[in-house]
Formats: sequence, structure tokens, C-alpha cells
Amino acid sequence: MFGKLSLSAIPFSQPIPLITSAVVILIGIAVLVLITVKGWWPYLWREWITSVDHKRIGIMYCLLGVVMLIRGFADAIMMRTQQAIAINAPGYLPPEHYNQIFTAHGTIMILFGAMPLVLGFMNFLVPLQLGVRDVAFPTFNSVGFWLTASGALLVNVSLFVGEFARTGWLPYPPLSEITYTPGVGVDYYLWAVQISGVGTLITGINIVTTVLKMRCRGMSYLRMPVFCWTALASCLLIVATFPILTATLAMLTLDRYLGWHYFTNTAGGNPMMFVNLVWAWGHPEVYILVLPAFGIFSEVFSTFSGKPLFGYRSMVAATLFICVVSMMVWLHHFFTMGAGAAVNTFFGISSSIIAVGTGVKIYNWIFTMYGGRVRFEAPMLWSMGFIFTFIIGGLTGVLLAIPPADFLTHNSMFLVAHFHNVIVGGVVFGLFAGLEFWFPKAFGFRLHQGWGKAAFWLAFIGFWVTFTPLYVLGLLGMTRRLQHINIPEWSPWLYVSVVGVGILALGVVAQATQLVVSIRDREKLRDLTGDPWDGRSLEWATPSPPPFFNFAVTPNVEGEEAYWGIKLRAVESQQLSPEPKYEAIEMPMNSPVGIYTAFFAFVFGFAMIWYIWWLAIVAFAAAFAGFVAFAWRDVHEFVVPAEEVARAERARRAAREALLGRLSQQGVLP
Amino acid sequence: MGSLQVPRSRLATVCRGFVLGLSCLALSACGGVLDPLGPVGAGDAAILINATAVMLAIVIPTIALAFWVAWRYRASNSKAEYLPYWSYSGRIEAVVWSIPILTIMFLGGLIWIGSYQLDPFRPLQSKTATLEVQVVSLDWKWLFIYPQQGIATVNQLVMPADTPVHFSITSASVFNVFFVPRLGSMIYAMPGMVSQLYLKADNPGELWGISAQFSGDGFSDMQFQVKSLPAAEFGEWVTSVRGAGSVLDQAAYAALKQQTQGIPPATYRAVDPQLFQAVASQKIPPGPGPEPETPQHAGREVSSGGKD
Repeated sequence: MFGKLSLSAIPFSQPIPLITSAVVILIGIAVLVLITVKGWWPYLWREWITSVDHKRIGIMYCLLGVVMLIRGFADAIMMRTQQAIAINAPGYLPPEHYNQIFTAHGTIMILFGAMPLVLGFMNFLVPLQLGVRDVAFPTFNSVGFWLTASGALLVNVSLFVGEFARTGWLPYPPLSEITYTPGVGVDYYLWAVQISGVGTLITGINIVTTVLKMRCRGMSYLRMPVFCWTALASCLLIVATFPILTATLAMLTLDRYLGWHYFTNTAGGNPMMFVNLVWAWGHPEVYILVLPAFGIFSEVFSTFSGKPLFGYRSMVAATLFICVVSMMVWLHHFFTMGAGAAVNTFFGISSSIIAVGTGVKIYNWIFTMYGGRVRFEAPMLWSMGFIFTFIIGGLTGVLLAIPPADFLTHNSMFLVAHFHNVIVGGVVFGLFAGLEFWFPKAFGFRLHQGWGKAAFWLAFIGFWVTFTPLYVLGLLGMTRRLQHINIPEWSPWLYVSVVGVGILALGVVAQATQLVVSIRDREKLRDLTGDPWDGRSLEWATPSPPPFFNFAVTPNVEGEEAYWGIKLRAVESQQLSPEPKYEAIEMPMNSPVGIYTAFFAFVFGFAMIWYIWWLAIVAFAAAFAGFVAFAWRDVHEFVVPAEEVARAERARRAAREALLGRLSQQGVLP
Repeated sequence: MGSLQVPRSRLATVCRGFVLGLSCLALSACGGVLDPLGPVGAGDAAILINATAVMLAIVIPTIALAFWVAWRYRASNSKAEYLPYWSYSGRIEAVVWSIPILTIMFLGGLIWIGSYQLDPFRPLQSKTATLEVQVVSLDWKWLFIYPQQGIATVNQLVMPADTPVHFSITSASVFNVFFVPRLGSMIYAMPGMVSQLYLKADNPGELWGISAQFSGDGFSDMQFQVKSLPAAEFGEWVTSVRGAGSVLDQAAYAALKQQTQGIPPATYRAVDPQLFQAVASQKIPPGPGPEPETPQHAGREVSSGGKD
């Protein structure tokens, strides 16, 4: 009846996961009770859970990402403290638990922390920046988000029921085959990643279609903000490479469930093929994350320098260059498998060529500041921290791309330091810059700048104190994923690294404080104009937060930096553009199909993990039935009457008049 | 295998000195990859340091430029000119593309030459005859077979100084990486495949090796002693090993391939000469892995080798 599942699946003998899950479950129940008592369910259901508004979905993606970043950071604290304690000693985490922690840390940080944040930014921003009312497939979008959330939920259920994979975040066979890892951990990994992977693919298809087909009038490709270009490149990579991941994990699933032999040790299986395939996805995945972050930095540097982006066309070219070349470099993850000098040479050179694209971008950002009026607000601090951190990360990355140097540093703590250097310094700093920058657009009030700057400095210093020692440890020969350490000479560096994690933790506290303080002082921080940073792209033409239809009248773009042009014209002529005739707007209707499908996808995954075959069949059929029912619907749009559009737009114009008055007095150029 | 020729410009020399100084400060206390004992490690480390120096020559000015520009054009500095529309300059674009392209072309040469010179499969030139060692990674220990001497060791690699050693490496369970940091290049140990690696220790010394690929619960103890002995002492060691201990035949190997962790170094006075081939070609099936799950711990593995 319950497959492999029994009460003994709950790790009663391990206090850490048990207490953690008890606390999480209690908090969860408390939140549900609060929502029920306050009567918030109808609001949540109507405005968020069934919403197909790209902005709402984007915000929910970001919320999921932030929660998962905190979960992943808790894993990081445990790893660093375990290694500092377990020097010639067992430490406090036995291998069967420690190995789950580093696997969960990698999986969560990349696939359930950074990915949802990146997807969230693309969802929120791309339609606004392109001057359109929604993404190409709004309901599909909602399905994608909820599937991603299901995957995240599955990973977290593994904390309490059974175990998570203990193979590393990319489960290399033969270790991940049933012979060497018979528990449910790898199955949790497989189904969680598969379900959320479908969600990611959906977003990828959606954004590609939106950018290619739905730009507003006059928004030619070379007038799009660079963020849209990076979102397009990133989503092209998603569409090109996530199917590889899906297929690879499906093959591993067949090995584990049906005893097939794609990657097994014996009977003709080829585990190296898994390594090739998974990195054919895994390396582009890094660029899927970092390209949109580059887009965010481009917007931030330009806005806070009060200048257009330097070398826009170069920037676009470099983005597409990285997009293409990133699919030709995967073998540098295993130079040490002995592919031979010719193969290593090819992939070494192709990997370091990527640095040309990123190098060009760095110089373009520097020249964007040249001749500008640089305002060091929090988003700009993150961006300057990024420049420093990412350049060093790029340097160590090129070192790892040189095969003989990689022969000394592959899989070492040097590698760990390198990829945190680029992913934290590049992706995470970019996402935090973006959160500071677009928070007022999403919620209508700014974040407290003092706490934001404190958070930056703590994160920046904490980052370097944590990871510089790891570079040294790598050069001392320390390999990654050690549960205990047999060489006491490494201990000073491990202690320093723990101090760094402590500083990073203070940074997290500062971020949380910033949010609380900002919500408390929201009236003081209110953004009435819709343009709090003197922005340049179309999202700043909308009120904060934008109405669900984004634009009462879709804009007509007449040059690069669409909104900057509108603003300049208004200031020169001392008046807003003439009031248009308002027309009724058709908008897509809410749909519960997303959460419905995702719920049954979750049940399906859980049933497959525990071999509860009947439940898996029922859940799959139910999810499919949901799609069929959705496909049969007759009405899928509703009409926003012209009066409502006019009312919203007149309020916006009133706020703009005030902004115009102020700008005319002080001049649009400071 | 000499180090590669790198142009000795003054800036590069300064940078190289800087890198060496920093790394010596950090690493002088104990041996890491920048304290090589043999030609392979020395070649790898030279490339690592030279490439770092070349890149620092670009990176340090770039970082300095970034912070100088940001500071010079800060909003509060009214002396700096404001160019609100300046966003293109063909000359700067050309420079901006050329700097990384030239750097990468140079490093590309380094990659090309280095990959061939330091290919792990490439034999080392030496006047002394090459010693053969067969390496099998097991759950969770290393087996070293000396086919020419007819002996074997576990978690202990003894090799003569100033003599090239040819390692044939395979795995009898999951992936591992054979790595002796102070000797240089690492390479994967993979089931059903044999990797080749040539290493040499110039001088006698006490070193250690590890696995650089996570392989399961006992991974942290996949560490092995490495002793480089003067040639005469190596001969004496071989004789002493032959004189005592047990024989590594198929039965002994079947016991050895069970999962164990943290086991001390051991020696075998004789070894089945066909053993390595039988393991590499999987005539002897690979290690069995942990015990299957039971209803007492549904879905969770509790076995972590023979200790539980």
C-alpha cells in the first residue's frame, strides 16, 4: 500500500534534521493558521496563487529563491563548522548526514535558490521593459512557477521523510546507481530536479517567445534594454540544454528503477557518458544564471552613472558570443579523466575564450561610469563589489581552464573557492543589486539604504574572509567534500573561513533587518512617481507598483533607452504627451491549473520515490486531466473597461506631472 | 620536462615575484602543489604561476581603473566633466576587444603547449628504468600492485627516488581520482578503464596522496602514505615486504573489496599476476557497495562500511 514508506523513514536517531523539520513544520502550521484566522485565503487565492500576472509570478519566484538561499546558507554554515571541528576528529556530522548536506547545498543553491531568482527577474522585467502587457503564455507561466515550487518542496520533504542524495549535486554514476546508493536520496534528487526542470523549460520557452514576438511598437531588437538581451540569451540556453538534463536524469532513473545499464559499472554501462552529458547541461547552466545578472549590472551601471550604457552593440555581441561558446566548453570539468592532449587543448582554449566576452563587458561597464555622475546607492555598491570579485573569479577560472594547472587544482578547495567567486560574486551580487533596484517598482516603496549598504559591506567582507582561505587550502592539496580532515596543518585556514561565514551570517541578518525596517517605514520610503532612481527603460514609465495591465496604452518607442527619451521630450516641451483615447483592454483570466498540476506532480514525484505505484498512476492521471480540462475552456480573457483604464492612467499622469514639475526646475541632467 | 618559456617583461617578472612571494608566505609551512618534489609537479606549478602572473598584469590595472573611474566621476565631484550622451568610441571598443583577445591568444599558446608537454599519459625521459605500479581504487582504500616485484600494498605507495614511475590506474567500485599533490598531475580511477600516469620524485621524502573525487561515506579516509626512498633502500624495502605478510590471491582480494574505511597501511608478500587485468576488465566483479536497505531504515542507508 505504501511502497517502501514506513515510519522508520523518519530519521528519529538524527537530532539535527529532526529538530529542523519540526521547527519548519511548526512555522508552516502557524502561518497557515494565521492566514485562516485573518481570512486572507480568498485574497491569496485570487491575487497570487491563481494569478497569471507575470509580475506576481516573478515576485513569487523571487520569494521562493530567497527562502531557498537561506536554507542553502544554513547548509553552508554546517559544512564550514564541521570541517573546522573535525580535524583529526569525527566532528558533529557523521558522513551519511554530512554528505547529504553538501549535496543539498549545491542542488538548492543552484536549482532552487539562484534559478528561481533569475527566472523571477526575467518574468517581472521582460514584459515591462518591452512595453507589453504580459508574457506570451501567461497560464503556462503559472504552471512553470508552481512546478518549480513542487520540486523545491520535494527536496525539503527529504529532510524529514527518508534522506537526500549523498552523491554531490551532480550525482555521478556509478556512485549514484542503485548498487552503491540504494537509499531514496538520489530518487528525491531525480524527481525534484525533473519536475522543477520542466518548470524552468516552460519559462525558457515563454521568455524566448515573448522577446521574439511581443515587443511594443518601435521596440526593435537593437532598442531593447540589455537585460532583455541577456534574458533572451539565457532562455535560449535553457531551451537548448535543459532537455539534455532531462534526458540524462531519465536515463539514470531507468537504471535505478528498471535495472537498465546506461551508466552502470557493469554490463556495458558507461558512467563517463553521464559525466559528459550532465556537463553539457551543467556548464551552460552557469551562463543561464550569470547572463541575466550581467543584464542587471548593465541597467544599474547605466542608471546610477546617469549615462547610456557604453558600447551597447558590443554588449549585445558579447552576450550572444558567450551564449554560443558556453555550449562548447563542458569538458573542462574533467580534463583529469585523461581524454588526451588534443581534446584538452581544444576545450582549454574554448573555455578561456569565454573570458573575452566577459572581459569586454567589464571594460564596457567601466566606460559607462566614465564621464558620468556616479551615485553610490546600494545597487551600485553591489555592482562595484561584483567588478572586483568577478574579475578575480575570472582569473582563477582561466587558470582552471589551463589543463596542466587544472591537473593540480581539479576538485580541490581552489575549485570550490573559484566557483563561489563567480557565482556569489557574479550571480548573487547581481541578484541583490537587482532586488534593491527593482524592489520599489514591485512594491511601491524603497528599501532602507543604510541597512542595504551595511548588508553589502558585510557580505563583501564575509565573502572574501570565507573564500580566500579556501584558495590557499586548495593549493595545499585539500580536496573538496571531506567530512573530516587528517592533516592538522590545514586547521588555521579552516578557522578563518568559519569567521568569514559568521560575517556572512551578519550580512543575512542585515538584509532581513533592512526588509523589516523598510516595511515599517514604508510610508516614508514610498515611491510616488514610479521613477525613484531616474531610470532609463520602460518599466520606470509605469507607476509603482504597476497596474496588472502594465500600460494603459502600449508605448511607441522611438530610440534606444525608451523611457529616457520620453522623459527628455516631456521636460523640453514642459508637458506630458497628449492624453490618448483610452480603449478597453483584454487580459488573461486567472487559472488554478498551475497549482493543481503542480500539486499532483508533487504527489507523483513522492509516490515514485517511495515506489507507491498506484498513487503515482492516480497522480499522473489527475495532473493530465487538469491539462485536458484547461484546454477545453471557452473563455480565457476578460475585458478591462475603458473607464477603469482611464482612471488608472489619469492617476499615473498626475504623479508624472509632479515629477515633470520637479525635473523642469532642477533640469533633467543634474 | 622543462618549464615553458614565458616572455620575461619587467611587469611579468614583478607579477611573478608577487605571486611567488604570496604563495610562499602561505605555503612554506607544509607541502602543497606549489612545493613540487618532481618534474611533473614542477611543470604544472610553473604553468599555474606563469599564467597567474600574466593575468595579474592585466587584472590589477583593470581593477585599479574601475575604482579610479568610479571615484573620479562620483556625483559629488563637480570638477569632473559630465558627458551624459557619450556612449560610443570606436577606438576604445577596439582596445576593449583587443586586450582580452590578445591575453587569451597568449594563454591559448600556453594551453596548447602545456597540454602536450604535460599530458599525463606521456612517458618521462630518464636514464633509469621505469617502475611499473598498478593502482586499484576500492571502497575506501587504495591498492598498489608492483608487477615487476610481485608484491602489493594497501594505502601505502613506496617508490624509488629519481626513477620514473608508470601508474596504470583503475577502479573496482566508483570513480576516484589518484592524486599526490607534491608529485603533480592527478587522474581519474574509473571502473572498466585503465588510466595512465607518469610521475617522478626527484628526492627522497615523506608525502601523502588522496582521492580527489568524492566516492561515498569512507571518502575522507582515502588518504595514503607516499614514501620516496633512495634506490638502494627501495630494494631493501621490497625484500622486507617479500619476507612477511600474506598473499593477495583472489580470495584475499574478495575480502579486500568489501567496504571498509580508515584502514591502516598493509603489505602483501606476493600477488596474483593476473589480478590487475582481471579487475580492470571486470572479470572479477566490482565491489558490492553497501548492504541493501531494510525495513528497519526505510529509504535510508545506514551502512557506512564494515564499521557499523
